[in-house]
Amino acid sequence: MKFGVVVFPGSNCDDDMIHVLGDVMKSEVVKVWHKDTGLPGFNTSDCIVLPGGFAYGDYLRCGALAGLSPIMSAVKDFAAKGGMVVGICNGFQVLCEAGLLPGVLLANSSQKFICKNIHLKIENNETPFTRLTSKGDVLKIPIAHAEGRYYADENILGQLEMNNQVLFRYCSPTGEVADEYNPNGASRNIAGICNEGRNVFGMMPHPERASEEILGNTDGRILFESLLNHVLESA
Amino acid sequence: MKFLAEIEIMPHKELLDPQGKTVAKNLKYINIDGVEDVRIGKHIKITLEADSQDDATEKVKTACEKVLSNPIMESFHFTLSEA
Amino acid sequence: MQVNDVLPDLVTAKNLGLTEDEFEKIKQILGRHPNFTELSIYAVMWSEHCSYKNSIKYLKTLPRDGKKLLVAAGEENAGLIDIGDRLACAFKIESHNHPSALEPFQGAATGVGGIHRDIFTMGARPIASLNSLRFGNIETPHMQRLIKGVVSGIGHYGNCFGVPTVGGEIFFNDCYNQNILVNAMSVGIVKHGETVSATAAKPGNLVLIVGSATGKDGIHGATFASADLTEDSAEDLPAVQVGDPFQEKLLLEASLEAIAANAVDGMQDMGAAGITCSTSEMSAKAGLGMKIDLSKVPTRQKNMHAWEILLSESQERMLVVCEPGKEKILFDIYDKWDLECEIIGEVTEGPMLEFYEGNTLVAEVPAESLVLGGGAPVYDREYTSPEYLEKIKAFKTSSIPTPDDIVQTAKKVMSSPNLVSKRWIYEQYDSMVRTNTVTTNAPSDAAVSYVKGTSKAIAMTTDCNPAYVFADPFKGTMIAVSEAARNIVCSGGEPVGVTNCLNFGNPYNPEVYWQFVHAIKGMGEACRRFETPVTGGNVSFYNQSQIGNQTIPVYPTPTIGMVGILEDASNHTTLDFKNTKDIIYLLGQTQNDLGSSEYIRSIYNVEYSNCPYFNIDDEIKLHDVIKKLIKQKIVSSVHDVSDGGMLATLLESAFVNDKGFKIDTEDNIRIDVALFGESQSRAIISMSETNEARIQELLLNNNIPFTRLGVVTDGEITVNNIDFGQITDWKKTFETKIENILEHKS
Repeated sequence: MKFGVVVFPGSNCDDDMIHVLGDVMKSEVVKVWHKDTGLPGFNTSDCIVLPGGFAYGDYLRCGALAGLSPIMSAVKDFAAKGGMVVGICNGFQVLCEAGLLPGVLLANSSQKFICKNIHLKIENNETPFTRLTSKGDVLKIPIAHAEGRYYADENILGQLEMNNQVLFRYCSPTGEVADEYNPNGASRNIAGICNEGRNVFGMMPHPERASEEILGNTDGRILFESLLNHVLESA
Repeated sequence: MKFLAEIEIMPHKELLDPQGKTVAKNLKYINIDGVEDVRIGKHIKITLEADSQDDATEKVKTACEKVLSNPIMESFHFTLSEA
Repeated sequence: MQVNDVLPDLVTAKNLGLTEDEFEKIKQILGRHPNFTELSIYAVMWSEHCSYKNSIKYLKTLPRDGKKLLVAAGEENAGLIDIGDRLACAFKIESHNHPSALEPFQGAATGVGGIHRDIFTMGARPIASLNSLRFGNIETPHMQRLIKGVVSGIGHYGNCFGVPTVGGEIFFNDCYNQNILVNAMSVGIVKHGETVSATAAKPGNLVLIVGSATGKDGIHGATFASADLTEDSAEDLPAVQVGDPFQEKLLLEASLEAIAANAVDGMQDMGAAGITCSTSEMSAKAGLGMKIDLSKVPTRQKNMHAWEILLSESQERMLVVCEPGKEKILFDIYDKWDLECEIIGEVTEGPMLEFYEGNTLVAEVPAESLVLGGGAPVYDREYTSPEYLEKIKAFKTSSIPTPDDIVQTAKKVMSSPNLVSKRWIYEQYDSMVRTNTVTTNAPSDAAVSYVKGTSKAIAMTTDCNPAYVFADPFKGTMIAVSEAARNIVCSGGEPVGVTNCLNFGNPYNPEVYWQFVHAIKGMGEACRRFETPVTGGNVSFYNQSQIGNQTIPVYPTPTIGMVGILEDASNHTTLDFKNTKDIIYLLGQTQNDLGSSEYIRSIYNVEYSNCPYFNIDDEIKLHDVIKKLIKQKIVSSVHDVSDGGMLATLLESAFVNDKGFKIDTEDNIRIDVALFGESQSRAIISMSETNEARIQELLLNNNIPFTRLGVVTDGEITVNNIDFGQITDWKKTFETKIENILEHKS
């Protein structure tokens, strides 16, 4: 299995993701340039990652201009064929703007950038991205965003819930989902979702920042381990 | 009387507008060429009660000067109609 | 030579900020009367900001050599220190005070952008940034607007640029009501041999401008001095510079790629005095000249004059020098990153800098005559001991009564904006991007980032208590250096180098200059003792308030940025109490001294008091013993005693894991002096019971005074058998005070 990390102009978590996937998880990982028009060398057992950062400076709307990049047509084709796509933070915003995931990320209810550790409750562990976790597990993972308030209309939210597409919700350290643990005002405390096909995943928190002992937090590793395990099992 | 103010706030013309510049460059990806310049501002609608057109104008102008725009960086203009 | 109809006279020169002597000196250098463009060039290059004319004499007395220093101080854009493993660390701090006072968001943002540019211009990748902020009264709406603007500006630029903001400090005092201070520091890493110098290198080299188009930014002074100022041209002037962190991120990646491709002979970022400064410094450094065609410079505004292009301070631009034939490599790289790049001239044998507009020569000056260390003037200003020192001498600690209710007093002291958590501020900064920051999850006195691919980490801090410096510039600045070193040592590091940001009032005021001279002397003395050379930094004069017809300078604020190395990142030592029943020691001795403490300022409104007790030999002994304790891995936490005194230190150690403490203060010391006194060279350590005997032995062998204060508890706080309540109650005030004030929650 191979990872491709897309580099948009203004991506700034691309190196972090490559470090974790390559040096920490010991996987094969390459950079993919935003001007590329295809994804040669990738097959459906591979995974494309859209990293965090400020693609195109987050100008106009975060993710909007990156969604127009040539590489995004290739990513859409790749996802349509069943390839796995993961968007973290700005990558999640790009996936929503590009129509690969439903909903949108709005400015935090505090109207401020927030960088801190938060807690996530696992809502669905039957996806390639969460398969090694258990439903109800709590992970401590940092957020760092100004626009992370997940929003979709009631219809879409209903569908997401019905199809079990909600992967993570903001919660207390003990797993209680309540307003006071919602750092950005996200609808129904949603921190991460997947598509109906369960091959496109987006989340606002940064698991790659919680994957090394020296950083004092390894809660994020289980998500990358899940992806690797999924490919191993389905091979 | 009820009025509707439609306010447009724009970065001063001589200031760099990084957002506008970046959007202009990216329009090529959807095959729009010939774009010379893009500048991005804000559009604000305010519905308010006021005694007269003049009173409403005064209130909106004060709001623009004190809060809605930053005079160091932005200019504003608005239209007022009876709502 | 294009000659304006009317050559500028002395009045114009003065309007540009030059003195009569300087005007004469320019005529002498040129052997003729300068035209307006040339005069403007001298005016900016000989300004305080570029020439350091009123400070360089004393800056040269600072220790500028050290065995780990890879470039001498002042030689390049930033200091460069060897950290082993064929890596070097580049770092520098710079002020952006006046722009931030005008427009706090853009002023602070462009300050951050400027300092990062200094680092990556040398070929280093910025890995961390810090900032040191000074604000006035936080309760006033004006100051609240400035604080919010500065914080979101720093966050906006750093977060988008993708460099973590890992540390900093904030100090509130009314002396900054009209003149806030915004100092930003950047730290970068570069492989040996991949650094780039700010030099023109060889005759025949091509000169390129890269990045943003040039607009009429930052040229107010010259514009209003220019004879042909019309209403139109005044209206064209941007009042503020807008930073574009996205553009700078592209500039960073493209610059490092260009250097890695071996296509760059020299590179210099454009800050103050833009093209003028970068062309003259790069030429002078190589002893060469340049021939530049200003009509080739991409401009943002139409019909710009030559002098406007030369002086423009538009952000996110670089001057790059390459060998002919290599420009194709550069064009490809900059094109890949969607950056504009134009060849604007070439390097000549010199010594002249020749600026053309097409075929017309518009200015011609010797490069060497413009720069610091070359022809730029150097002054020694007169100084006299300030009158207020009498009031400081008159203060006696014994004049302060011991409070009746120590618990209520402690609560009031600890709720001072200077002592409470700055969480509301630092949560708006991305502290974790690049996944190097160790201290987000494991706080210590200095910020610590590990260096990927090595076993090392870098410790960083900025420090300066301006109240101490005001009371005694010499000693106060020694303390600033010592506190920085102490923070690094307490975190497990070895201090290796210093960068400084010298924020003072008007140098022509002899009392201000006295503060400046003595601060530099203190800094030099302390840096020599810690073997931490001063690698560079900047000077910001004219920080003052106008009150009625009086001009009051800010407190002298020589901010120290210090970098240290942890050879073994596993020696990183945190400041938090870990286990109930762990034993707490105070290292060092509390003196009977309340001078300059937050306590007497916040409770008794004392404005004039002595600088706290300080002895540099005690300080060095303390550092040596802490290094030994950490190396033997027998301490559980180390936290230095600084602003707010020992109680503040204990509470900060306790907050992290919601622990408490039961302690008895030292014998023969008043309880308020013990808890709030700020006498220097002290630290609080905690240890497990099993390690106590070894620690005691080590302390005794090293002849360091210590006191066994007590033990860590589950959350209750007791001092000398007085019930101080629960840690969670103290924490609530600590964590929410700033937020409550700024967001008007009660």
